[in-house]
Amino acid sequence: MTSEFVSVVDIVGSIRGGKTTASDVLEQHLARIDKRETEIHAFNHIMAESARANAASIDADLKAGNDRGPLAGVPIALKDNMCTRGVPTTCSSKILEGWKPPYDATVVTRLQQAGAVIVGKTNLDEFAMGSSTENSAFGPTRNPLDTSRVPGGSSGGSAAAVAAGFPGGSSGGSAAAVAAGFAAASLGSDTGGSIRQPAALCGVVGVKPTYGMVSRQGLVAFASSLDQIGPFTHTVADAALLMEVIGGHDPLDSTSLDQPVPSLTAVLGQGVKGMRIGRLADMPDGCEPEVLARLDAAFDALKAAGATIVDIALPSLSYCLTAYYLVAPAEASSNLARYDGVRYGLRVESADLISMYGATRAAGFGAEVKRRIMLGTYALSAGYYDAYYGKALKVRRLIANDFAAAYQSCDVILTPTSPTVAFPIGEKTSDPLTMYLCDIFTIPTNLAGHAAMSVPFGTGAHSHSMPVGVQILAPALGEPTMFRVAAELERAS
Amino acid sequence: MSPSSDAKTTPKITAQVVAKVAHLARLDLTEAELALMTTQLTGMLDHFGDIDKLDLSAVTPMAQPFPIKNVYREDVVVPGLDRQEVLDNAPAPQDGRFRVPPSNGAES
Repeated sequence: MTSEFVSVVDIVGSIRGGKTTASDVLEQHLARIDKRETEIHAFNHIMAESARANAASIDADLKAGNDRGPLAGVPIALKDNMCTRGVPTTCSSKILEGWKPPYDATVVTRLQQAGAVIVGKTNLDEFAMGSSTENSAFGPTRNPLDTSRVPGGSSGGSAAAVAAGFPGGSSGGSAAAVAAGFAAASLGSDTGGSIRQPAALCGVVGVKPTYGMVSRQGLVAFASSLDQIGPFTHTVADAALLMEVIGGHDPLDSTSLDQPVPSLTAVLGQGVKGMRIGRLADMPDGCEPEVLARLDAAFDALKAAGATIVDIALPSLSYCLTAYYLVAPAEASSNLARYDGVRYGLRVESADLISMYGATRAAGFGAEVKRRIMLGTYALSAGYYDAYYGKALKVRRLIANDFAAAYQSCDVILTPTSPTVAFPIGEKTSDPLTMYLCDIFTIPTNLAGHAAMSVPFGTGAHSHSMPVGVQILAPALGEPTMFRVAAELERAS
Repeated sequence: MSPSSDAKTTPKITAQVVAKVAHLARLDLTEAELALMTTQLTGMLDHFGDIDKLDLSAVTPMAQPFPIKNVYREDVVVPGLDRQEVLDNAPAPQDGRFRVPPSNGAES
């Protein structure tokens, strides 16, 4: 019953074709939420009532012959760091608990105009700082394929919401792809891998678009020069469709690129014949053998489809972690200065203004957010700025130069998305550096402002059956090429 | 590789430095948090010392993926946020304003 509605494209087709209704599709998803949400904790806020009203209105319009857009009736979840007018937006932080934004993020408006039905706001690492969704002030999200493991982060709830229809337990991976989940698609944000890494760990598609392709207006800022919104979906075609809906210039975001989104749904069948696929000649240490085995299989599949494999080097790759963990906290320490107990969110009363700030922020922020604010403030403070932040910006240039050189000889680069599959909850929480190492393959894209996506490509074969994601890196505005490769990998998987 | 003219990234982090940074960040940290933060920041900054190996003297810093320029629009009136909706979110709104404690610490 559910399998025919698995993808966004199928849902849209079935509703338009009169085989089902937006309300029926929504109820199927709400039923799955009812069944498994207590166990998974994908959501901070479920919007069942408004979703039902929206679905009913879409059904009425379709019946009257009014087209409600390319996503009419598709249930979609939003990471809870995207502003929704009048609906709680917490960033999984106590400091924003109860805040109801007075406006919608641009992506929310675009989804609504395209007929999407917003089903809820998903859990995340507090202010999107983390790689496991264990840093949420409201408790961790669990991987729907194995609830003893993390879903990745920081958009773990968004990934889990899409993946959660998969049966749990150790046979989850092999039985995958038959159910539709809590939402047919979701939006996450990616500052250093927060869409791609959870997509890989939950076995779904996740896209980090070129910086500026999707408006950040209404995305609660973490690191403004790195943040980018993108979709989680079951299929590459769904991701392409979502990109076409949410992307494109927005005058409300001054870093928005002033050009339309390239057509992506139209290129998916074009194949990879003649394409040059870059392979890292020196793979960083720490990758699980099963992850590397799947990457090799991906190269083989592309080769079989007519692509050429080219060895490339990114000599500055190992320095990216340092550059990122200085730049991102520096920007975060500045962006999070706005949580001062004055205009919104938590306030801890105190006798004077300065002590009110300190007490409010101490009570409102969790450990990881405090750590990054401290790191960023230190890196920006007088006497240390040149040694840390200034140097990190130069390393950022080096990685951008590395990419520019690599893309002379290849069209895209293939890497693992994450060095490991989903790890057990609690395994990496005691040592922040170990957790940071999860981001080694995803961070360079954000530093350079390029495009990248993760596609599921099988599961580990031996010790577990958790999904493995393969990452496709493309230069800025390289989305059409990137999506062609993704579609080929999907066909081969 | 020749040493760069940039400052080295390995100064010693002390509890005093961490306390000063916490004040700059307007974060009241407990003694236990200060101690933990000192240890963790030291560990991270040690790791981040890896970039000291690089000669960065001739490298231009990159703060943004693409060049940023001022973006202008026509100076026309557009609807703003709903005043009441904004104030409803404030912890202590009063008479259409945001009430804050006195900045000098004296209650009047």
